[in-house]
Amino acid sequence: MNYIFSFFILGGIIIAAVNGRVDVVTTAAMTSAGSAVQRAITLIGIVSLWLGIARVAEKSGLIDALSRAIAPLFRWLFPSIPEDHPALGCILMNLSANMLGFGNAATPFGLKAMQELQKLNPYPDTASEAMCTFLAINTSSVTLIPSTLIALRASAGSKNPSEIMGVVLFATTCSTLVAIIGDMVIRTLCRKGRKN
Amino acid sequence: MFKYILDQISLYAIPVIILLIPLYGMTKKVKVYESFTEGAKEGFTTAVRIIPFLTAMLVSIGIFRASGAMDYFAKFAAPVTNLIGMPSEVLPMAIMRPLSGGGASGIMNSLFTEYGPDSLIGRMASVMNGSTDTTFYILAVYFGSVGIKNVRHSLPAGLLADLAGMITAVFVTNIIFG
Repeated sequence: MNYIFSFFILGGIIIAAVNGRVDVVTTAAMTSAGSAVQRAITLIGIVSLWLGIARVAEKSGLIDALSRAIAPLFRWLFPSIPEDHPALGCILMNLSANMLGFGNAATPFGLKAMQELQKLNPYPDTASEAMCTFLAINTSSVTLIPSTLIALRASAGSKNPSEIMGVVLFATTCSTLVAIIGDMVIRTLCRKGRKN
Repeated sequence: MFKYILDQISLYAIPVIILLIPLYGMTKKVKVYESFTEGAKEGFTTAVRIIPFLTAMLVSIGIFRASGAMDYFAKFAAPVTNLIGMPSEVLPMAIMRPLSGGGASGIMNSLFTEYGPDSLIGRMASVMNGSTDTTFYILAVYFGSVGIKNVRHSLPAGLLADLAGMITAVFVTNIIFG
């Protein structure tokens, strides 16, 4: 993350200077910083809503039931998470929200899943293997119904806005498979002397 | 018919969830209101905790975008992407996609306006957009929320998946719609 952050900033400023447009750097930095806070503020309400719903689901035993139902698959994907752990239920809710294209609902469940995973993490400032696997699957986003995308296509005047669904499903399945395999391969390669 | 079912699903999914979960809770004799507010209390701290990470991410990406570095990058990568059958018009969106969802949607919309959503370029942009995600944003927010600084191999794994999604999108779009 350090290299990426420095690369974006250094690269951006140098190229802006070469183009003789250093002024845009200031504007971009200020507006982006403002929009970061705006985004977080908007998230407060949405996160509160879904964390509230999630707590009701947790207390009523729904999350446990979901965790048990998905256990066989998740035991293979996340061998380090104990069975019946609430993290599994949160991961499931996050991935389901993602699949249906509800990004707003997915984020709070994802953040909750991270908190649960952090409880299992022996090194609090380093990502655990389960977190890496979860985020690899999450960022590759298996999408059954890309609702936002279909809406954008419809508003641009497409004759058949949902025609891309099948292709998207195929491409996203491929990318998720690559994410799972890639995560396993890199994890094995990185595992020298490290266990968490 | 198919489209109608999809529309209904996206229309009803969230109301149904918000209805069913508390309803299920009530049948299990859970104090629904108290549990809801107890959970929602964490919403504020969770959202505020990600601000530093979000700021770092959005500022660095914002500078990179505004500087025009993306265009250099696109020019540099064009010969390679032409080889796999990706029109160079789509390339800026492919580069933007892992960085910023809003930015990528913006580029996609301008491609829709210029070439039409039902053109090969419009379709390819749609498929790419739908089959990948904003990896940098998600990593910054998710890891930031629990204070993790060393993200280990999750970044290369996520970018690898994006790359795979992009390449599949190009090939399949060319086969199906080409």
